[in-house]
Amino acid sequence: MKRSRLIKFSNVLKTNLPTLSRQTAGEFYALQRLMAAAVMRPLTRGDKMQVKWIDGRPTKIVVNQFIKPNDRLTSFERLEIYNRQYWFRLRQSFYEDYPGLRAILGDKKFERLADAYLAHYPSQSYTLRNLGSRLVKFIEAAPRWVAPHKALALDMARLEWAHVEAFDDAAQPPLKIEDLAGLDASKIRLQLQPHLTLLALKHDIDDFLIELKKQSGLRSEASNAVEQNHKTTRPQRSRKPKRQINYLAVHRHQDLVYYKQLEPGQFRLLSALQNGATLDQACGELAGLKISNNPGETIRQWFTTWATLGWFCRLKSSRKNTQNKK
Amino acid sequence: MPANPFNNFTDYGIGIGLRVPHYDHILSQKPTVDWFEIISENFMCDGGRPLKVLDQILEQYRVVQHGVSMYFGSSEKLNREHLKKLKQLVKRTKTPWLSDHLCWGSVDGRYTHDLLPMPYTFVAAKVTAQRIREARDFLEVPICVENVSSYAEFHVSEMTEWEFLNEVVERADCGILLDVNNIYVSSRNHGFNPFDYVNGVPAQRVAQIHIAGHSKFHKYILDTHDHPVIDPVWKLYERAIQRTGRTATLLEWDDRIPSFAEVHGEALKANQILKRLENEPANT
Repeated sequence: MKRSRLIKFSNVLKTNLPTLSRQTAGEFYALQRLMAAAVMRPLTRGDKMQVKWIDGRPTKIVVNQFIKPNDRLTSFERLEIYNRQYWFRLRQSFYEDYPGLRAILGDKKFERLADAYLAHYPSQSYTLRNLGSRLVKFIEAAPRWVAPHKALALDMARLEWAHVEAFDDAAQPPLKIEDLAGLDASKIRLQLQPHLTLLALKHDIDDFLIELKKQSGLRSEASNAVEQNHKTTRPQRSRKPKRQINYLAVHRHQDLVYYKQLEPGQFRLLSALQNGATLDQACGELAGLKISNNPGETIRQWFTTWATLGWFCRLKSSRKNTQNKK
Repeated sequence: MPANPFNNFTDYGIGIGLRVPHYDHILSQKPTVDWFEIISENFMCDGGRPLKVLDQILEQYRVVQHGVSMYFGSSEKLNREHLKKLKQLVKRTKTPWLSDHLCWGSVDGRYTHDLLPMPYTFVAAKVTAQRIREARDFLEVPICVENVSSYAEFHVSEMTEWEFLNEVVERADCGILLDVNNIYVSSRNHGFNPFDYVNGVPAQRVAQIHIAGHSKFHKYILDTHDHPVIDPVWKLYERAIQRTGRTATLLEWDDRIPSFAEVHGEALKANQILKRLENEPANT
């Protein structure tokens, strides 16, 4: 589906724009498609606009058709300002959202990954906040961009995207632990907060990322112009993350994002709830797992902690059923 | 200047953009500021600190929304998801008017996140005006369009930029957010007299004025919002106020942001011009 759309799009770009005295609606649309293609086209290694167009013609021939030169700049140079700004702006947004991935890959490799990803998945959102929404999918499909760090890079991309979501996703009114008392566990389906993401990672990257974020500061505002390819200060790499199974809940509490480490049983139980299991079914996921000498009390404590953190937000069973049980 | 639906915000005085580095100062010190302009997209989220800060600001200050990605000039349909989120925010802030740019930036559902220049053609004006009307009808709030800085011009253009602005706002029956820094930047990049622009816009439609700083390069000027306002821009501001009368004014400072006091102090320089001209009749 996507492939055929891209082929069709590139065919449109090979057509020459007619030079009429009055622009038509179709020509207005064609002009915007053509200019967008030029603006979003990847830069050269030296951060310049490519001198060859998609069909092999000199880019300047194509650009001369629709951009006027002035007494200081050629048509090519004028459009190049927009081409460079597009990439500088998106890279800058990536630097801010993925300091961990950048620390793992190094500047050059990270920039090549960002460029390849954004060329493959141009933004489809009005907000730069969603720029990384398909990065994990991209790395899984094209691991060469992060080689030889595929597993570590995937872990970090997942954690950093979970951080973006935890920062400003919705929070529903939380349930208190008392709200759960006396309910039929075979029918109750608890919903977790939308801002909470459960992660099963292969590396202990949470402390590594926390340290990096302390160094890099706050996410910046939306702005209209980017003067140059200025990167945020490169965070100092601390110790390399170790390879180990690492279960995390990335969530927001009192407007701050936290990474809470989970035991394997906690992760299984919460994952089951998030996937729509009833309370009974979710607890059934713990079968065969050594939790403690008093598993009932341990699970009760887990739920008390999670409810205190406000992780549960809705009972999915019908009101009638729960009331009958009372 | 008689009041009309677009230039009756004369009591709004001088505002500044609400920016993250100033949050703590504003919330703890509660400085006196006429109003804050917010970038709508930074608060079109479902929860978290951005909305909490916004609610705290709204308890103390007047807020006006300014967008960067409505892209009135794009030739595709308006993004309904965007409009719905924007309307939620409009209800939250009760913004008296809402502004975005006279530009385009998306095509076939792909976003450049830039303010791309329009071809100044009649068909572009017609398409743009129609989208502004649709947005206004959906959002139920007055809309103002802002002239952008630009670095390129199109062969196909059929009029000047200010004639295009006039064509759009008359067709859409909307207001203008006149950015005098953008006029200066574009005048230097394209070689026109910026006073022709300021004198050429319909003064009665100017609801708000932007002032800002920019960066000079060897062969062009870039609108970076990272410097104080330069004298030639203040002169354009003065001429604009002569024509429009007292108008809501806002300083933009988006990069290399200095202290709150420095940003606010720069904005308040506009008061000297407003006071000097306050008893003079409008000179259109």
